[in-house]
Parts: sequence; C-alpha cells; structure tokens
Amino acid sequence: MSVGGRGGSPTYLGLAEAGEAIGRGELSARALAEAALARIAATDGKVGAFLRTTPERALAAADAADARARAKARRSALDGVPVALKDIFLTRGVETTCASRILEGFVPPYDATVVERLEAAGAVVVGKLNMDEFAMGSSTENSAFKPCRNPWDLGRTPGGSSGGSAAALAARQVHGTLGTDTGGSIRLPAAFCGVVGVKPTYGRVSRYGVIAFASSLDQPGPLGRSVKDAALLLQAVAGHDPRDQTSSSRPVDDYLSGLEGGARGLRIGVPREWLAGGLAPGVERSVRDALASYERLGARLVDVSLPHSRYGIAAYYLIAPAEASSNLARYDGIRFGLRAEARGLRELYEETRERGFGAEVKRRIMLGTYALSSGYYDAYYLRAQKVRTLVRRDFDEAFRACDLVAGPVSPTVAFRLGEKAQDPLSMYLADVFTITANLAALPGLSLPCGRGEAGLPVGLQLVGRPFDEATLLRAARALEREVPPLPAPEVG
Amino acid sequence: MSLTLDEVRRIARLARLRLSPEEERLFAGQLSAILDHVAELSALDVSAVEPMTHALAAGDPPPLRADEPQPCLAPEEALANAPARAGTAFRVPRIIE
Repeated sequence: MSVGGRGGSPTYLGLAEAGEAIGRGELSARALAEAALARIAATDGKVGAFLRTTPERALAAADAADARARAKARRSALDGVPVALKDIFLTRGVETTCASRILEGFVPPYDATVVERLEAAGAVVVGKLNMDEFAMGSSTENSAFKPCRNPWDLGRTPGGSSGGSAAALAARQVHGTLGTDTGGSIRLPAAFCGVVGVKPTYGRVSRYGVIAFASSLDQPGPLGRSVKDAALLLQAVAGHDPRDQTSSSRPVDDYLSGLEGGARGLRIGVPREWLAGGLAPGVERSVRDALASYERLGARLVDVSLPHSRYGIAAYYLIAPAEASSNLARYDGIRFGLRAEARGLRELYEETRERGFGAEVKRRIMLGTYALSSGYYDAYYLRAQKVRTLVRRDFDEAFRACDLVAGPVSPTVAFRLGEKAQDPLSMYLADVFTITANLAALPGLSLPCGRGEAGLPVGLQLVGRPFDEATLLRAARALEREVPPLPAPEVG
Repeated sequence: MSLTLDEVRRIARLARLRLSPEEERLFAGQLSAILDHVAELSALDVSAVEPMTHALAAGDPPPLRADEPQPCLAPEEALANAPARAGTAFRVPRIIE
C-alpha cells in the first residue's frame, strides 16, 4: 500500500497525513478505523494505553466520514481520522471511569464539549485511554485497572497522568489524542513518550464534561506525533463555551497559517533556575542543543529569572489537593458510581469512598482537607495562593524581555515502573518544571528535542504568554524541522 | 512537622474516609513528609501579596451571563446511573429514626 506507512499499517501515518489520504480518496476512514482497532488489539496487551475501545461507534462514524468524503463534503482535516480520549472526558453512552473503581460502570448522559467538537469535525473516536486515577499522578501507575507502559521500554512508565494519551501515539495505535494537564499531565507523558503535547492557556479549551480534579488548574489539550497534528486538534477544540464559566471569550487564533513562520527574530527566555543543575546529563545536553539550534535559526536567547519557580511544587501540593478534596466530595455513593452497603448515611459515605478510591486519591483528599481545615487555612491554602501570585508575576516580568521561555520538561527521561511508587514526594518532584505554567495559567508545550539516557526521548518545554499558543506552535515547528525525527519504537 | 495518628483520624473523619490502621500509619508518615516540604513556603514574606483567587487572564471580563433557563438533563437521564432509586428519587439509607 503506497500510503500505508511503515509496517504496511496506515496507523503509522500522522493525523494530517491520514486526513489528506482520505481527502485524495487513497484511504477510507473505515480502513483507518479498522487498522487502528487491529493495531490496538495487537499491541495493547503490552502497552496498556486503552481502558476500552468503542468499535461499533467508531466504524459507524468512519462510514459517515467516508460518505462525506465521497460527496466532497469533508468537514475538516480531521474528518475520518481515528483519535482517542483520556478517560477523564465524558462520552455519552460510553463508560467513563477516570481510571477509578468509584466510577466503574458509570455511563455519562452527555458528551464533554471537546468530544462534541472533535466529532463535529469528523474525528473518529476509537476508545478511552488509561490514566492515573482522577489524573493524580505522574506515571499512570495509579490507574485502578492496570498500569500503562512506555512503548520505548516496557519496563518504564509513560509518565502521567495522561500516560495512555502519549503511549497510544508512540505505539502508533491512533493518530491523535486528547489529555488534560493540571500540573504537567500532558507535557510530562509527551516528553517521556517522544510526542508533542500542548497544555493551552487556562480558559482556552472548555472544561465542560471533563471530570474535575483541581478546577483552577485543569486544562484539556491535544497530543500528536507532530506539531502540525497537535495544532489541528487544538484548532478543533479551542474556543468559548458558555457551559464552562471560566472559558475565555477571546477569539481563537489560526494555529495553522503561521506554523511555518520559523524562529527568526523570536526572543527566547532561558530561565536560569531551570538549568541550574539537577538535570540528568542526557536531558541537559539535548535541551542545550535545542537552544543552540534556535540561535542558528535566528532566534535570540535571553537570560531570564523565575525566582519563585522553586516554590511551585509546594504551592501546587496545597492548592491542587485542596481543590480536589472539594471536587471529590461528590463521590458519595448516592447519585452515580459505586455504593457500599451500609446501615446509615455516614457509614455509606465512608465505606463507599474507602472502597472506591485508590491510595494516591485518598492521600490528596487528606492533604487538601487538612490544608483547608479550621486553624490551618491561612498558613497553608491562603499562603499558597499568595505564592501563586508571585509565580505569575515572575512570568509577567520575564515576558517583558522575551516572547516565550524554553527549558526542560522533566529532570530525567522516563523512569522505571515502581521506581517512585513508594515515595509520593519523589513522584511529585517529577513535575518541578511543568507545574509553574499551571499555577500562572499560561500555555505550555512539550516537543521531542533529542534522546537522552538509555536512548529515551527528551522533551523541550516552551511556555508562552496568555493565549499565545500560536507563537509556541510556530517556535516548536521551527525546531521540529531541525531535530532528527524519532523512529517508531518497536513495541515488544 | 509530624502528624499524629489522632490527627490523621480527625482529617479522615472530615473527609468521610474510613482508613485501615495500616493506612493511618502510612499516611501519617507520608503526609508529614509532604508537609515538611511545603513548609518552605513560610520562608517567603507574602504579607503584601494578594492571593491569586482565580486563574482568569488579567483584563478578561468576569464570566457572567444572563440568568436565563437552559435545557438540562431529563429526570430519567439524571437517574440512569443511580445505585438505588425510588421512582424519580435517589434512594438513601434511613436518616431519621
């Protein structure tokens, strides 16, 4: 098959390429959906990226896309292309668990706004992706159902919490995915799995129908195997949604038209605190090489300082658990999900939550409850919110001297399964570079910039001004052209 | 910062969690370690800093809309996932003797 990509499977095609092949009549949406489902069946026993597939719904959607292609009435570049969703997005009629026992069997009565928008653009949803329970974690080991593994090395984690979203792309199971990012949950797995991930500005993408973790930090976003694929997905889902109170009404930029504009003239801030040591040598080398590439491309590197970024983890691990302890109060065994047998109401709540929640979720609920409890609120939660202001001011100051900042996504390449599972604090520190963009509500992007320890992918992080995703994508595309493309990992 | 087992039990009660004795001991240690880490925030003077109480971009209008009725879930849809129901209501254990 001439457009079949490597291994004869069209699942090796990028999202944009697959869409173009449908447009030219060289591939059908049904063939793509069948290939994706076959690839998932063949590889996911090892990878564990999917919690469930939706073959009937996918094939019906693919046939409808093929009818539109024949009628020359395709809806978008995504029309007919297989994608998959983190299991945090509500899908009408399709079980949605957030990888938690407490939501086992929950079948949502409506779709998340981003799901509606993807399907309106013609994308074919083939399944729901594995994740850390309630998006709490950095390795996808906290899934209540099964761990997800990194296709580059099945003994390592894909990162988290959107581990399935990144692993499914690296394993060539689908052409694009959606994840969510509360403290790095899109960018970290994208870096560990060698794909592109975008955490948009808070408010750019609707949170309606996205199961809430920490509402002032949560933001859905796309992952793709190229910058263009991620840009196409972001274009499809971004924009105002009256059903999300914090959704921004600012117009959405055209992310594709300027994508090839290059890096010439860009001022790229390099936060000195982010390269001050503590990075694995292979990570530091890849990141410094990427910065040197930007200089060759005509960008100017600017020394900037984010002095409060070192306090980001501490502020985050008060604010996020506090919000989570409130959001997760809704899992009480009354209206949906698990219910334990009990004699009275209090026992019903306690038994249901004890049986339904995993250890990390309980730990964060405990931490958040403590931080909000009487006598501790000012010392913990209020102080953390003030530090959040300082983190945001650091970026405001930096952006007077530069157009975006660049640095590592993570201090290391993908770590081993079980390596940090017994020590929650060491797991939290994996997010040291990503968390500040969430605290400051800024857009961030992770793209592959080389290979580090054990030949594993390294991610470069770009963080931009509010609602300036277009500049991030353009800068990322400029580097993508310079960096040797990563091969597809052999799964198995 | 060290949390006692009594404090762990108090927090669990507030959070409507019933922890096993092993979980109580585990969380006492782990939460103490996390609280030790977050204690570094007390090194900062934040007396003159406003808290960041929302994540909206500076200059964006407040997220208000006209207070008008909108379509919502039908009762059958809202009850479809109920673990126990009685007619068009969610059934709960008896709370008044």
